[in-house]
Amino acid sequence: MRKVYLDNASATPLLPEVRQAMLPFLGEHFGNPSCLHEWGDAAREGLESARSQIADLIGVTDTEEIIFTSGGTESNNFAIKGLAMGQQAKGKHVVVSAVEHFSVLNSAQTLEKWGFEMTTVPVDRYGLVDPQEVKKAIRKDTILVSIMHANTEIGTIEPIKEIAKITKPAGIVLHTDAVGTVGTLPLNVRDLGVDALSLASNQFYGPKGAGALWVRRGVRIIPLFDGGVQEGGRRAGTENVPAIVGMGKAAEIAKGAMAERAQRLSALRDRLLTELPRKIERVIVTGHPQERLPGHASFCVEFIEGEAMIMLLSSQGVAVTSGSACTSRALKASHVLIATGLTHAIAQGSLLLSLGVDNTAEDVDYVVEVLPPIVDRLRQMSPLYDKYIKQTKGGR
Amino acid sequence: MPVYSEKVMEHFMHPRNVGEIENPDGVGEVGNPVCGDMMTFYIKVKDNKLEDIKFKTFGCGAAIAVSSMVSEMAMGKTIEEALTITPKSVADELEGLPKQKFHCSNLGAQALHKAIEDYYSKQKVGGKK
Repeated sequence: MRKVYLDNASATPLLPEVRQAMLPFLGEHFGNPSCLHEWGDAAREGLESARSQIADLIGVTDTEEIIFTSGGTESNNFAIKGLAMGQQAKGKHVVVSAVEHFSVLNSAQTLEKWGFEMTTVPVDRYGLVDPQEVKKAIRKDTILVSIMHANTEIGTIEPIKEIAKITKPAGIVLHTDAVGTVGTLPLNVRDLGVDALSLASNQFYGPKGAGALWVRRGVRIIPLFDGGVQEGGRRAGTENVPAIVGMGKAAEIAKGAMAERAQRLSALRDRLLTELPRKIERVIVTGHPQERLPGHASFCVEFIEGEAMIMLLSSQGVAVTSGSACTSRALKASHVLIATGLTHAIAQGSLLLSLGVDNTAEDVDYVVEVLPPIVDRLRQMSPLYDKYIKQTKGGR
Repeated sequence: MPVYSEKVMEHFMHPRNVGEIENPDGVGEVGNPVCGDMMTFYIKVKDNKLEDIKFKTFGCGAAIAVSSMVSEMAMGKTIEEALTITPKSVADELEGLPKQKFHCSNLGAQALHKAIEDYYSKQKVGGKK
């Protein structure tokens, strides 16, 4: 059976060159990068090259501004809590959007328990944050704004540059969760105008367990962990050297390959975005039709539920994901889909197809062929589809 | 490691008794799309036995497998026997359900019992004729 992996938003495959680069650090270069002997030197060399590779990918010249973490969740926790704590002398109000990743939203909620206040800015039906809404949310005591660069559930790319034009004159620290875009789209932190940015290795063909937070020099951040003085005293704990080395290599490859990858994947994505709604009635494209991540196609299929679609697609060799309540362990519909104004019933039919470097046009053809009968099969079982048919088509 | 048991997968992939009954003796509808799952059961009763059962389900894999299993467990049984089917006995027959799915998706027995209640209430009305 054909196997088609369309869940690159959840995890990307490790590139062979990346695995190769990591191997010595799982072998002879096992040393602790904080140590002053040969073994330490080798590990430190791997770590510092990775720091340069990451800096290079996001347009940073001062490599000390890069702090390695265990991934996107830690970077976001560190940014939200650490930056808020670092600026609290100036005020205790933070602003986030309604579609942030849980590692941002829940961190901001933790800040509330610590005596901070939070304002959540809404999004439009495409999941876009209106910079004017950010402006409205800002108060005299606002110290931090965090808006994601691209939403990994609906693919929408947010107008960060426009938001920076509001936060910068107000002297407010601007953080962006760029886990969805770093290594996928060319970006430069100065150009974006942000003060801090989160990224994660496993979104651009690096290993899991590595990420980074870039914080502009001069912006105060309080560490999450107490311990040694690794990462310039900002992140205690021995670095995950093999994973970070892999992330560095993946960043280096991404820098050269991103533009071509994005072009090719956008074309495949556009075929999914046009073909599936053409072949299946009552399908809603979620997220922005144009301002979206390359390779990211997301939908809500009405009258049926996402997990059931995932399972039937899986039986045909196709791997996808969904933001339906039944798919989530929390059994709640995706807050992102609800924030875009979709009802819970429609959000239940969420389906996310995320393409990666290994996907081909044949993969897209295969999905376009196997999905419609699956939808039909589930709709034949659905009491909601029944009602729709009886109402609109005058019964059977 | 798969999330669902082989039995759940088997019922999900090949659900029994999907559909509707024309002029059913009882209909039971439970759940709503907000919480996730919705099930409608249709029954036909003859000589106090469930002569036919059909269902329609909007929901996840577990919800579909549960509906199918309940229909199979109750088919041909007396009403009293059918009323002894519980969420627990359904989950046991399915060789277990994931913990988080036990309450939300395991509405099949409830839907069947509602269809039986509906049958009873129709009987009372009909008996007065």
